[in-house]
Amino acid sequence: MEFDANRPIWLQVMKALEMDVITGKRRPGEKLPGGRDLALSCGINPNTAARVYQELERANLCETRRGMGTFVTEDEAVIAAVREQFIRQTIQDFLRSMAQLGETPESAARMILKEEA
Amino acid sequence: MLESKEVTKTFGAKTAVDHISLKLEKGHVYAMLGPNGSGKTTWMKLAAGLLKPTYGMVCFNGEQVSIESRKHVAYMSTEPYFYTWMTVKDVGKYYQDFFEDFSYDRYLKLLKQMELTEKLKTKALSSGMMAKLKIAVTMARDAQAYMLDEPFNGIDLLARDEIRACILSYATEDKLLLLSSHLVEEMEAIADRAVFISEGRLVECVDLEEMRTRQGVSMADRYRQIYGHTEG
Repeated sequence: MEFDANRPIWLQVMKALEMDVITGKRRPGEKLPGGRDLALSCGINPNTAARVYQELERANLCETRRGMGTFVTEDEAVIAAVREQFIRQTIQDFLRSMAQLGETPESAARMILKEEA
Repeated sequence: MLESKEVTKTFGAKTAVDHISLKLEKGHVYAMLGPNGSGKTTWMKLAAGLLKPTYGMVCFNGEQVSIESRKHVAYMSTEPYFYTWMTVKDVGKYYQDFFEDFSYDRYLKLLKQMELTEKLKTKALSSGMMAKLKIAVTMARDAQAYMLDEPFNGIDLLARDEIRACILSYATEDKLLLLSSHLVEEMEAIADRAVFISEGRLVECVDLEEMRTRQGVSMADRYRQIYGHTEG
């Protein structure tokens, strides 16, 4: 995995896992790799990998069952909320770029529809 | 686990290491950074017990480093240290005789990972293969602490991924890893702490993720901030 070294690496790995969950690449209730395996597969420090799971748990997106490992939440409402958050963030980022180009949300929306047609 | 107390080393009129006080804890991978001649290698040799400090001391698990602590600290120096007649197999046997914690099975596994074979003669190895062999033979020890001086030197871009994976696979919570390198970018993701050394002195020891969170600064950025005005 490639990282932006100026931003916390745990956050980048967490976002990538969130993306896997909201796009269905990882299913509700699916077992996630252990902290060490995550560290090895992403090429990151094991403490950073442990942080990823702590933060995902704090966001209720995964849960650790003692002696069994870490699993994607089965709570679809949580997944829907994270997806919603992701979409809003993407739109806000887009609108910020458009505003720099002098476009309003309305004109940007018109251009999107034109692009589609 | 490894504590440097006011450690100082002078060679004649030159002070290579100047009152370095530093505590390194197990469960972390430290990147030791600084330009050439800043004292990294000398400090590592002091910590490995291969040099005696002029002043101060280095303690390993509370005891001053000695022949005893060398049993638990695996150190890889920058200079090659095998006899030219040795094969890769001989190098393993040689280490097995020296270190109780050396595992020949683990050595074989590492050789495979590094794409080396037992039959190769050390004098026939390219500089990249020699660099890999040094890492394999060092990591084949089940030591408590590993200190690798310039592990990425002479290793091409693709092989660096293998080296990183190998280093990470032994970075468990009861081990201490310390890596020095000029190749700062190679260590951004695998290290979680960085020790910056300049002109024999400790500049700072930082937690990398905390620095990224608070200041939006990478290890490479911090390196440039510290050494940018001099020759990097």
